[in-house]
Amino acid sequence: MNTLRFLLGQELIELESVKPTLTVLNYLREEKKRIGTKEGCAEGDCGACTVVIAEVVDDRLHYRAVNACIVFLATLDGKQLLTVEDLKTARNELHPVQQSMVDSHASQCGFCTPGFVMSGFAEYQNRLHRLDELPEPQSDEVVTTHLTQVFAGNLCRCTGYGPIIEAGKTWLAQAEQSMPRKLIQALNEEEANTIAQLKAIQPQTSKTLTQAGQTYIQPDSIPALTDALAKLPGATLLAGGTDIGLWVTKQHKTLDTVIYLGGIEALKRIEIRDGQLEIGAAVTYSEALPALIRHFPRLEEYLYRHSSTQIRNAGTVVGNIANGSPIGDMPPVLIALNAEITLTRQGGQRHLPLEDYFIAYGKQDRQPTEFIECVRIPLLKSDAVLMNVYKISKRFEQDISSVSAAFYIELDEQQQVREARLCFGGMAATPKRATRCEQALLNQPWNKATVYAAAERLGDDFTPLSDFRASREYRLAVAVNLLKKFFIQQQSPTQATQISYTGGLIHA
Amino acid sequence: MHEPIHGITAGQIRAAHVSSGVGASVKHDSAVKHVSGEALYTDDLPEPRDLLHIYIAQSTQAHAKIIKLDLDAVKAFPGVVAVIQARDVPGKNDFGAVIEGDPIFADGLVEYVGQSLFAVAAEHIDIARKAAALAQIDYEPLPALITVRDALAANSYVLPTKTFRRGEPEAYLAKAEQRLQGEIEIGGQDHFYLESNIALALPGEDGDLKIFSSTQHPTEIQHCCARVLGVPDHAINVEVRRMGGGFGGKESQPALFASIAALVTHHTGRPSKLRLDRDDDMTITGKRHDYLIRYDVGFDGQGRIQAIAFEAASRCGMSADLSGSINDRTMFHLDNAYYLENVSIVSHRCKTHTVSNTAFRGFGGPQGMVAIERVIDEIAYQVGKDPLDVRKINYYGPADDPAGRNVTPYYMTVTDNILPEITAELEMKADYAARRAQIKQFNRENTYLKKGLALTPVKFGISFTATHLNQAGALMHIYSDGSIHLNHGGTEMGQGLFTKVAQIVAEEFQVDIERIKITATTTDKVPNTSPTAASSGCDLNGQAARNAALILKGRLTEFAAEHYSVDAATVRFTAEGVTVGDQLIAFNVLIQKAYFARISLSTTGFYSTPKIHFNAESGKGHPFFYFAYGAAVSEVTVDTLTGEYKVDRVDIVHDCGASINPAIDTGQVEGGFIQGMGWLTTEELVYDARGVLRTHAPSTYKIPACGDRPRIMNIHLRCDPNREESVYRSKAVGEPPLMLGISVFNALNDAVASLADYRHHPQIDAPATPERVLMACEKLRELECKPEQALIHA
Repeated sequence: MNTLRFLLGQELIELESVKPTLTVLNYLREEKKRIGTKEGCAEGDCGACTVVIAEVVDDRLHYRAVNACIVFLATLDGKQLLTVEDLKTARNELHPVQQSMVDSHASQCGFCTPGFVMSGFAEYQNRLHRLDELPEPQSDEVVTTHLTQVFAGNLCRCTGYGPIIEAGKTWLAQAEQSMPRKLIQALNEEEANTIAQLKAIQPQTSKTLTQAGQTYIQPDSIPALTDALAKLPGATLLAGGTDIGLWVTKQHKTLDTVIYLGGIEALKRIEIRDGQLEIGAAVTYSEALPALIRHFPRLEEYLYRHSSTQIRNAGTVVGNIANGSPIGDMPPVLIALNAEITLTRQGGQRHLPLEDYFIAYGKQDRQPTEFIECVRIPLLKSDAVLMNVYKISKRFEQDISSVSAAFYIELDEQQQVREARLCFGGMAATPKRATRCEQALLNQPWNKATVYAAAERLGDDFTPLSDFRASREYRLAVAVNLLKKFFIQQQSPTQATQISYTGGLIHA
Repeated sequence: MHEPIHGITAGQIRAAHVSSGVGASVKHDSAVKHVSGEALYTDDLPEPRDLLHIYIAQSTQAHAKIIKLDLDAVKAFPGVVAVIQARDVPGKNDFGAVIEGDPIFADGLVEYVGQSLFAVAAEHIDIARKAAALAQIDYEPLPALITVRDALAANSYVLPTKTFRRGEPEAYLAKAEQRLQGEIEIGGQDHFYLESNIALALPGEDGDLKIFSSTQHPTEIQHCCARVLGVPDHAINVEVRRMGGGFGGKESQPALFASIAALVTHHTGRPSKLRLDRDDDMTITGKRHDYLIRYDVGFDGQGRIQAIAFEAASRCGMSADLSGSINDRTMFHLDNAYYLENVSIVSHRCKTHTVSNTAFRGFGGPQGMVAIERVIDEIAYQVGKDPLDVRKINYYGPADDPAGRNVTPYYMTVTDNILPEITAELEMKADYAARRAQIKQFNRENTYLKKGLALTPVKFGISFTATHLNQAGALMHIYSDGSIHLNHGGTEMGQGLFTKVAQIVAEEFQVDIERIKITATTTDKVPNTSPTAASSGCDLNGQAARNAALILKGRLTEFAAEHYSVDAATVRFTAEGVTVGDQLIAFNVLIQKAYFARISLSTTGFYSTPKIHFNAESGKGHPFFYFAYGAAVSEVTVDTLTGEYKVDRVDIVHDCGASINPAIDTGQVEGGFIQGMGWLTTEELVYDARGVLRTHAPSTYKIPACGDRPRIMNIHLRCDPNREESVYRSKAVGEPPLMLGISVFNALNDAVASLADYRHHPQIDAPATPERVLMACEKLRELECKPEQALIHA
C-alpha cells in the first residue's frame, strides 16, 4: 500500500522508500542515469529539465510538460513520466518534433534542446488527440503566438529562437494535417496499453512514504488530509511545488513532513456554484485557465504572461494564494474580484475574504491545522462593471511582476462609482488594496478629473520598496499610470494602448 | 590492379562537387544527438567509482580580512572526505590567465562576495554543501568599492590607464561649430550559458591527471592545473567534447574549477567533480564589463564629427583577468564605423570589490560601439537630421580615399570597408525611408504608444589583439579503411565550429563529411592551443586543418603519381573518387594502397595569421587581419505609460565573407543579435550596496525569452569573398552580430525621443529596462513642459 508506483516510459517503477523531497531531475540523472534531461537553473525558470507527465483523463492520456527540477518524485504516483530518451521509435527514428528541430537547425550548443523537445512533444501529443475536432487553419501570426507560449518556459541562449519556432510550425502542421493515420493508430495502441497500466496503478488509498526521518503523506480525501494535519500541525502542504520546490533546491531546506494535496479528487473541482467560480486547492493554472478566461475574459493576456506552460501545468491557483507572497500574480486579481477562501480543518471550516488572509509579510490568517480548500470568485455582474488587470515586469514573458494591478469598478445609473476595488501586487508587503485611492473614486462621477485625482492618491496608499526588480519611484509611477491607462482604455477604446500580441489564441 | 568505380572513368568526371563541403548548409554535427538527449556534456559522462563531489565555500564580504577560518566542524561532518584551502595548494595559489591576482582560495583577504574560500569534497554534493556551512569564519571588514564611480573617485585601477590620440582633439573641440557632452552607463551581462561551469578530474599513474572541463581554453586549464599542483604541463591532459554554451564565460573562468577538482583528486587520489549550480555560477564567475563612458564631441552643421574625446571606465572587478585586452578592444571599437580625425580615447580599468569581469562575446568592443552610436544619435537630434544621414557622412572612406578618411585612431588603414554598400542594401531591403515616414505618422496619431526606428552598423576587427594567440594546430589521421580522424585546437560550444572545420576537410579531400570523425579537443593531441575566442575558431583551426589535409593530399598525390606512373598534375580529388591520369580510384582504395606502400597517413597542420602587428606602447599598428561588417534596422513600439516595449521588426545584412556554412552563420547572426538585444534591454545585473549580486538566477536575471524575438526578422547574409586570404575567403561570425542588437537600444531611445519631437535625446542608460524607458518618458514629457494631462484627450 505504501509504495510509490509510476511508469518511467513503459517501465513500471515501484519504490517502497523514497525521500519526500527527491526531485524528478535528481532521480533521473543520479539514479536512472537518464542524462538527457539537463539541469539549467534548478528553479523552474529555464526549462532545460522539461519532462512530460502523462495521466489518464476521461480515458485518454493527457500530457503535461513540467520542470523536473522542482517536481518531487513522490508526486508521480499513478502517472507516467516521459523523458527525451522515450521519444525515438523502436526503429530508432526521431519523433517529428525532434526531426523538425534537426531540419530547421534549431540547436546550437544543444543543452536546452531536450527541454524544448519535451515542451514540443507534450503539445504535439495533446494536439493529436484533438484531431477528431479538426482545428481551423490558423494564421502564421496566431501559430507563432501559440508557439511562443508553448516555449515561454524554455530559455535558449544560442539560437535566438527563430529556428525553434520554424520547427514548431512544421511539427504543429504535421500533428494537425499530414500525420499518417496508421501512425496515429500505432500510437493509440501504445497509449491504450499505457492507459491500462496506469489504471492498474492508480492509488486506491492514502499513502505514506518515509525515508531518513522525512515523511511524505498523500491523503486520498479531505478528512484524511485534515486528520493528518491535526496530527502534524504545520506540516508542509504541497500542491504544485513551484514554490516549495525552490525551498529544497535553492534554500536547501529539509522538509520533515510533506502532505501532498494532489491525490484528493475533491480538491480538483472547478465549478460554478451560487454565482461564484469555485477553484479547488489542487487545480493547476492550466486546468483553471479555460474557466477563468471564459468568465473573466480580461484575464487572458495576464494569465498567459503569468509564468510559463511548465509552471502553469504544475502550480495551483490556491497555492499562489497560500504561500502569502506579496508578488504572486493572482491574489491582486482575486482580491479586486472580491474572492473569498475556505479554510478547512478537522471538524470545521471557515470562510474568509481573500484580502483578510494576508496579514503582513510572511504572515497569513491560517492556523497550522488548516488548509485552504478552495477559492471562490463572484462572477461579474453583467452590467456596469469595468475591470482590467495589468502585469508589469522586466521581461514580457515568464517574469515575476514588479507591479501587478487589478481594477474593478461598478458604476450606477448616473455613471457614478458605486464600488471600487483596486488591488496591487509588488507595492507593499502583501497584495493590498489602494483604499485612499478607492475612497477618492467612490460616489464620484467616472471621468478623467476623478480618476486622475484618485491616481495621485496612490502615493498615500503605498510606499513601495526598491529592489532588483524595480525602484520605488518606478513602482509608484507605473501604478499611477496603470490606473490612468485603465481609464483611457475604457473611455477611448480606439486609442492604441496595447503592445502585446493578443487575441486569436488557439487554446481550448 | 586498377579499380575504377562503377565503370566511370576520369574523363567522364565533370568535377562534381562533394555536397557536404564548403558552402553547404550542413547540419550541426551533433544535431541528432542534441534532440535525442544523447549528446554528452561533462556532467553526463559515466561517473567513475568513488567519485567525490565538490562544493566551494564563498566569501560573504566584498572586502575584508579573514581573521578566523576554523574548518574543524566541516572536516568532522560525516561523509566529508577532504577540505582544501589556500595552504593545501602545493604550487601557485592563482588562476590568473595573463596576470596573477586571482587566488584559487582566498588567503587572508577577500575581495568580492562569492570569492572562493575553501572547497569541501564529499560523497554527495548535499553533504559537501551542508558541511561547508559549518565553517567558523570571522571577517574584519574593509572599505569596499562597488561601482565604477566608487573606483574612479578612489583612483582604484587594476591596470594603468591607456590613451589613443590623434590630431588635436582639444583644439578642434574648442573651435567646433557645434559641440555636445554627455555620458552613458552601460550595464554588464551574465553569459547565462545553459550549462554552468563544471570540471571532472580523474587520477592516473605518476600523479598524472585527466581533466574534463567545460572550457573554451583547454590549454589554459592544463597550464593552470599544472601550476597549481606544481607539476609539468605533460602531467595534465584536458579534454572537452562540447560545452553547453560559452560566449566567453568559459575562457579564463573554468580554470578555477578545474584547479580545485585537480587539487581534490591530487590530495585524495579519488576522482572528483565540481559542478556549480546556477546561483553559484553567476555569483562566482565574471561577466561582461559594465562601463561609464563620457564623451565630448565637436561637429559641423551636417553632423560631421570634427573632434571627439572619450573617457571610458570599466568595472574590472577585483583582478585584471583579461581586462587589459578587453579594455583595449573597447578603445579599438569606440570609432565603430566612423572616421574620427581628431580623437582622444582614454581608458580606465577600474578595480572594484566585485567579481573579476571577463571575456564576453565582443570582448569590450560592444560597449565602445554603444557609446559612439549614442553620440551619433545625439548629434543627429542636435542638427535636426535623420541619424542615418549622420552615420553615413561619418563612415570611413574607401581604401583609396583621397582625403585619407580611412585611418583608425590606432593608425590602421581600413582597406575593406563595405559598409556603404551594406547600408544601401539594407536601406532598400528594410524600406527604411518609407518606414521612417510611417513611424513619424504613427507617432503623430498615437498618444500612448510610440514607435522608434534605428539603423546601426558594425565594423568589428578580427584577430586576437594579443598577437601571439593567432595560431592554431590540427592533427589528422587517415585510417587504412579511408576514414578520417580530425582533431584541432578549437572547441565546440554550439557555434558549429566542428562542423565547419569538417566541411573544410571534406572539401579538400572531396569526401562526404560522414567519412570524417569529429573528435573531442584534447591537449595531448594538439598542444599549446589558443582559446576558442575572438570569433577566430574557424579562421584559425579551419586553416590549420586545411593545411593538414593539404599535407596528406600532397603525400597521396605524390604516391599516386608514382604508383600509377602518371604526372602528379593529373591527380585530382573529386566527389566520385581520385582521378589519376585517366583512371578513377575510390578514395578508400587509394588510402589502402598508400598504406601498403608505407606512406604516412597522419600529420599535424599549423597556421598563424599573417599581416598583424601592434605596438602597445605607441598605440599604433595593424592589430586586425580584417574587419567583419554588418548593419541592422530595428523597429520598436514603446508603451509610454508603463515603459514596456516590443521589438516589432528587424532587418539585418551581415557580412560573412564566402560563408562556409550559411545555415550555421545565419544561426550565429540571429543568436548574436538576440543576445545583444538582451544585454541592452532586459538583462540587468544588480549589485546591492554591500556588493552582493541580487540577480543571480533566471528568476531574477532575464535573458530574452521566445516571445521577445521580433515577429519579423529578416536576415540576409552578404557572402562576398573576404578580400584577405582567410580560409576559403570566409569571415569570422561569432561576435560581430551581437553588436547588431545596438539597433534595438537606439530604436528605443528614438521612440521615446518622439515625445519631445526629437529635439532632446532621452539618454537612456543600458540596459533600457521598462523602468528606465518610463523614467525617460516622464523626463521628456516634463522637458516638453506639457503637463501629463495635456497628453490625455479623454
